[in-house]
Amino acid sequence: MDSHATAHSEAHEHPAHLRHHFMDAAQQKESATFGMWLFLLTEIMFFGGLFTAYLVYRNWYYPAFVAGSHTLDIKLGMFNTLLLITSSFTMAMGVWCSETRRKSGLVWSLIATIILGIGFLGIKTIEYKEKFELHHVPGSSFSAASFVNPPLDAQGKPKDTPLAPDMAIHTEVYFSLYFAMTGMHAVHMILGIAILFALLIKSAKGQYTTGHNTTIELFGLYWHFVDIVWIFLFPLLYLISRH
Amino acid sequence: MSTLISLPDQSTARVPKKNYITNENGIMSWLLTGDHKRIAILYLISLTFFFFIGGAMAALIRLELLTPQSDLMASDTYNKVFTMHGIVMIFFFLVPSVPATLGNFLVPLMVGARDLAFPKINLLSWYLYMAGGCLALYAMITGGVDTGWTFTTPLSTHYVNTNVVTTGLAAFIAGFSSIFTGLNFIVTIHRMRAPGMTWFKMPLFLWANYAAAILMVLATPVVAIAIVLVALERTVGIGVFDPTKGGDPLLFQHLFWFYSHPAVYIMILPGMGVISEVISTFARKRVFGYSAVAFSSVAIAIFGFFVWAHHMFIMGVSNYAALVFSLLTMLVAVPSAIKIFNWTFTLYKGSITFETPMLYAFGFMGLFTIGGLTGVFLGVSGTDIHLTETYFIVAHFHFVMVGGMLMAFLSGIHFWWPKMTGRMYPEKISQLAAVVTFIGFNFTFFPQFLLGMLGMPRRYAAYPPEFQVLNVFSTAGASILGVGYLLPVLYLIWSLKYGQVAGDNPWQATGLEWQIQSPPLTENFTEIPVVTQDVYDYEWLERQKEHEVTHVG
Amino acid sequence: MSEITEVPESHGEHIVSPKVYALIFLALLVGTAITVGASYIDLGPWNPVIALAIAVTKATLVVLYFMHVKYSSKLMKLTVLSGVFTFLILVGMSLSDYISRAWGQW
Ligand code: HEM
Ligand SMILES: [Cu+2]
Repeated sequence: MDSHATAHSEAHEHPAHLRHHFMDAAQQKESATFGMWLFLLTEIMFFGGLFTAYLVYRNWYYPAFVAGSHTLDIKLGMFNTLLLITSSFTMAMGVWCSETRRKSGLVWSLIATIILGIGFLGIKTIEYKEKFELHHVPGSSFSAASFVNPPLDAQGKPKDTPLAPDMAIHTEVYFSLYFAMTGMHAVHMILGIAILFALLIKSAKGQYTTGHNTTIELFGLYWHFVDIVWIFLFPLLYLISRH
Repeated sequence: MSTLISLPDQSTARVPKKNYITNENGIMSWLLTGDHKRIAILYLISLTFFFFIGGAMAALIRLELLTPQSDLMASDTYNKVFTMHGIVMIFFFLVPSVPATLGNFLVPLMVGARDLAFPKINLLSWYLYMAGGCLALYAMITGGVDTGWTFTTPLSTHYVNTNVVTTGLAAFIAGFSSIFTGLNFIVTIHRMRAPGMTWFKMPLFLWANYAAAILMVLATPVVAIAIVLVALERTVGIGVFDPTKGGDPLLFQHLFWFYSHPAVYIMILPGMGVISEVISTFARKRVFGYSAVAFSSVAIAIFGFFVWAHHMFIMGVSNYAALVFSLLTMLVAVPSAIKIFNWTFTLYKGSITFETPMLYAFGFMGLFTIGGLTGVFLGVSGTDIHLTETYFIVAHFHFVMVGGMLMAFLSGIHFWWPKMTGRMYPEKISQLAAVVTFIGFNFTFFPQFLLGMLGMPRRYAAYPPEFQVLNVFSTAGASILGVGYLLPVLYLIWSLKYGQVAGDNPWQATGLEWQIQSPPLTENFTEIPVVTQDVYDYEWLERQKEHEVTHVG
Repeated sequence: MSEITEVPESHGEHIVSPKVYALIFLALLVGTAITVGASYIDLGPWNPVIALAIAVTKATLVVLYFMHVKYSSKLMKLTVLSGVFTFLILVGMSLSDYISRAWGQW
């Protein structure tokens, strides 16, 4: 009945990456994965506030949201979705390569992920730039004029249904949310790409293909989470009443 | 008076030479430490610093309210002072108070582990806390902020011209510090328990901190995004809360209180954990209804997510939502009451002694009960319409936060002081401090209930002369309370050098942390323990002692 | 002691094969195509419902396969669910206020 009997009297192996306070590598890895998931829960709730705001205002100002959504380029949005999904796939392959100790496979997967991520941000920049030119960026330069008198197409017909001025001003709410949501998402992408570069350098040195690949797996979780956010943002922001 | 303190023979006893404090020397060994115990000490020092900053603000508030006119300072200044008081006390003292000090110190010891799961993240959380704290102080010195701790829109986004963004950023950063603490606790409690330490052998302190940690992880990010949106609204001019652009200021309050109601449980749950340990030790009994107390912590955490709109009854939420939130608020009081009843039953027929931690625990039980019950008054939306935004609210939350949480914090600090430092605090004077605190507290805050019932609004520097008598009472009480808080700082520092040597287990308590040397070694346990005894098993402890005697003798 | 049982359940290392990844990738591409396609058909109130249903399906696939939750311990599954649950409380209870405001006084 001695409470201080030893649990592990046998000397267990202590690999270099095992921190002293863990009993074994499995415990360490599980703890790390669990911790990462808890961090992702905070991310869910962080974006949760934005999604709440989105739903409230979409119900209040539906016509303004439709009009705002129609100014987004659905092709660019779809292309970006493809880029991001593909980058998720390449990241998953990177995890597989590190699990099966394929060094060059891992390196190339990370490079592909970085390129796809930067491509996404590049297209986002083009989209943002257009919004600046159209005065659709919320703030002092915002103008709802193009929603009251929509630009005309080649046949001289308005491109979209005009809004009454008091509804048109609410497009600013739509664009506030558009920028807040895609902006927060982009910040996460930028952080992710920065980390990817660091991982790339280390994996080129063979770090994550020796059996200890927790870091790559954890980063994979993060990257897939960012992908998931976009999976929701795309239909919610781009695809309102397109018919 | 009988006492259960059992100290080693003072003429021969020494504090162990090798322990976590003496293990390494130099300031860098503290600033770069990964040791959960050292990080707890870092937190303790910095928290105390912020507590006295917040306390100074409180003193200014009470001085201003001594007279009906706004004479000590301009109304603008008064607004800034109570805002900073709230922000410093809530974000930089109460939220991290017990988890970051006692929790950091004890969670690994109690589960039987060598450290928290992520020591570096733990250290990072302290740096974030300091960064946030310094930023808040910077905002205070360079002009302050006057929105109240609630950053209420549209006041915060449109009408004030003070350091809202800087202070918001400070709260944002402090939020991440608290997220990291919570994350660490959850992983440690799930994944690092010693062999044999099942969930139902865990001390209730762990259950309480676990529940609080869930709230930290899941609720804090929502206030973070709310603050980000306020900052964007002020700097860029986006229109999410701005009514002139079609935004809804109430949406901010939904997001803010989605965090800040659970936050009040982040503040109180760890304190409840302390009380469970203290009551059990000084009544020499297993906590009555252990599993009810354990589950009530988790229940509080879960129900806590469903009641936030009780802070918004008069703000324009729909009547139907108010009704639902009002009913749900009644629900959340139930698990709190379960705890109070169970502690009381633990005392029944216990062999009670009245050491300082126990005195504070008694204070907690009485004052928290009053605070919680008045919370139920406020949860009834009808009564709330009369009482909201009056001093009744101020009294309610000070009863739970100061009468409840601060008492629990002090109780815990005294209780585990011998473990943290290896020395006892002086008993007599600390008992005096506990009594002074209790008296001062009641003088300060009870009159505020009456003031609130009479209709004195909160957050104003001036008030009608007929309220003066009660306000003078309150200010007088506050000065007594101030003495009550200064005393522990003085004698605890004194005891670091001159206190009696405590030995491993001065309280003859059962927790794992008491079975190792005080102060503990850096690695806590030379061998990871195997837990066979039940929690709060005082008979096991007796047998353990006999065992030692027969073996040594 | 037979009581000493509750060592945290450890899950065996499960390596998801590239074939599974490729299948999920394909499913995600198809899902994207369907969302865009569906948004051009007038389904009245069903448009957003379908869009969200597809998004949820895609997200679930990513969580289960790319993020390995399908092969993880119960604890991990519960963790993910608790996040979704709290998210739904935030959205649902907030919206309950907004929806019922229009019902006016009693
Ligand atoms: C036991 C159950 C509790 C209930 C039913 C309850 C209920 C309430 C209600 C309804 C209000 C809103 C009053 C109003 O603004 O009109 C309130 C305010 C408040 N409560 Fe509680 N409460 C409880 C426990 C606590 C605890 C444990 C704490 C903190 C440790 C706390 C801290 C606060 C604070 C800080 C406020 C005021 C926030 C502000 O407007 O600045 N409450 N409480
Ligand atoms: Cu509340």
